[in-house]
Amino acid sequence: MLALVLLGTGVGLALLWVPEDADQGVTQRIFYLHVPVALTAYTMLAWGAWKALRLLWTREERCDLASYTGIHIGLIFALLTLATGSIWARASWGVWWDWRERQLVVFLILFLFYSAYFMLRYSLEPGPARARISAVYALVGVVLIPVSFLAVRLADQFLHPTPLIRRGGPDMAGSMLFTFCVCLAGMVALAAALYANELAGKRLDARLRELREVLS
Amino acid sequence: MIAARGLSKRYGTKRVIERLDLDVPRGSFVVVTGPNGSGKTTLLRLVAGLAAPSSGSGEGTVERAGIGYLAHEPLVYRELSALENLDLYGRLYRIPERRERIGMLLERFALWEARREPVSSFSRGMQQRLALCRALLHEPELLLLDEPFNALDEEGAELLDGELAGLRGRTFVVATHDPARLAPLATGSLALA
Amino acid sequence: MTYFRDAAALARKDLLLELRGRETVPAMVLFVLAVFVAFRFALPEGQEEAASGLLWVAIVLTALLGLIRAFVPERDQHTLDALVLAPCDRSAIWLGKVLSVLAFLLLAEAAAIPLFGVFFERPSAATVVAVLLADVGLAAIGTLMAAMAVGGRAREVLLPLLFLPLAIPVVIGGVGATVSGDPARYLGFLALYDAIFAILAWATFEYVVTE
Repeated sequence: MLALVLLGTGVGLALLWVPEDADQGVTQRIFYLHVPVALTAYTMLAWGAWKALRLLWTREERCDLASYTGIHIGLIFALLTLATGSIWARASWGVWWDWRERQLVVFLILFLFYSAYFMLRYSLEPGPARARISAVYALVGVVLIPVSFLAVRLADQFLHPTPLIRRGGPDMAGSMLFTFCVCLAGMVALAAALYANELAGKRLDARLRELREVLS
Repeated sequence: MIAARGLSKRYGTKRVIERLDLDVPRGSFVVVTGPNGSGKTTLLRLVAGLAAPSSGSGEGTVERAGIGYLAHEPLVYRELSALENLDLYGRLYRIPERRERIGMLLERFALWEARREPVSSFSRGMQQRLALCRALLHEPELLLLDEPFNALDEEGAELLDGELAGLRGRTFVVATHDPARLAPLATGSLALA
Repeated sequence: MTYFRDAAALARKDLLLELRGRETVPAMVLFVLAVFVAFRFALPEGQEEAASGLLWVAIVLTALLGLIRAFVPERDQHTLDALVLAPCDRSAIWLGKVLSVLAFLLLAEAAAIPLFGVFFERPSAATVVAVLLADVGLAAIGTLMAAMAVGGRAREVLLPLLFLPLAIPVVIGGVGATVSGDPARYLGFLALYDAIFAILAWATFEYVVTE
């Protein structure tokens, strides 16, 4: 509920209230969606990795479902990041994809990596082995994030030696910063709500399965 | 030496072992029986530490270096020779006077002649005898044997009988389809449903 | 010290197996050769410099080939159980396997790099150093991934999916070292990649092979 309120306000503010950015006009408004979505994706992936670490530490099987759900939501948001980034690129420059957009390239790599997470889980029998292996993979992923950032930055220097079009957020005046924060909070709240929902559902499923086992 | 309470092991939705209590005092010889699929192999894997229980807890005073494990498969590299296989395990188990010990075991299990042949050329009985050499190589205090007489020929079975008698005093957990054969040695038994 | 002796014993075992079977290294060499020929026809006239970048794709794919074979003996003959049961550190199993994967990769490259020089252009010293650094990183993280894939279904498809995203930064580092005017920066990056992922793989391998 809170998530919807926050997000709704944020979007409303973004679309109507905030002054237009001098350089980019209307299309810049998507920044208020795109960047929070990206940050939320990072947050969920990091959360998944944290739960993975807890699993390896404490051997509690609860952590496996939590880690899985975190990464699942993170992957969805990563996909959304790619989508919103692509839309922004299209609206700004007329192309659906620009390799110079470092953030998007990193997300593409992460998307590949975390999609493979699910293929990995699917190929293993449920059990402690699968939980541990998934956890290690989640940790590798969280290490990959900064490494691929660094790599893509380095790649820019030989791929596109021409100066980059500086397209990040606008210099944020007070109202812009406020809107951005509201959107960010809303996005994180949305992710948290989705996470809690999915996790509860999965835990219920597991419990039901256990009960069915005991009864049969 | 080993004590476990309420052991359960699930593979997906299949419950292989259910609320099992296990006591293996030092020096005992426990025979585990049960039809195929009743969890004999799973139990041995749990005791060995190759699998983690889904629930329940266990305690043991043996470390990995003190466990000798015989599985259904011989657990040897088929393209290597008997000598090379045992040499590898001998190094990993830090056996003192490795060569002598390997030579002695190979002779005892009538594999000395074939020691340089690749294991792929061995008969199933010979492979099982090699597997026994591997399990006994480091003189373990706890022996976990999964149907040791299964693949053995007559000669091999006699050798194993002699070996088991000679290892009196060590702790054994043996899964078998033929409990009568081990009856003289057994101090306890466990029947899995 | 016994740690390294354990790893050495395991690596020796893999080298011995390869000597007997002779399946992996020849396949890797032939594979690289085939990839080079394909490159030749993939590059239009006058674009030969692009080939230096493609060298890195060839290396990553060849490494992948080696990694797919890496745990095959342990899987087919279930010997991984025996290795995990042994009193040695489980990460020594990782190290031993990394050493043998590296050995095979270096052998394949000992043929591939000169061939590349013959077919396309002579690789610079920076390129060769980059290849050596990249090999370490690819072997380190690749062995961890190979161990993850070994127990599951569809492992032949799975390992490429697990490995390739991790190999992308290595390609970037390698191509950078080959084509840019400042290779030191990219070599430094490759060294950093190696250190980070080798430590991570070393520390987490135990959790992958035990329950």
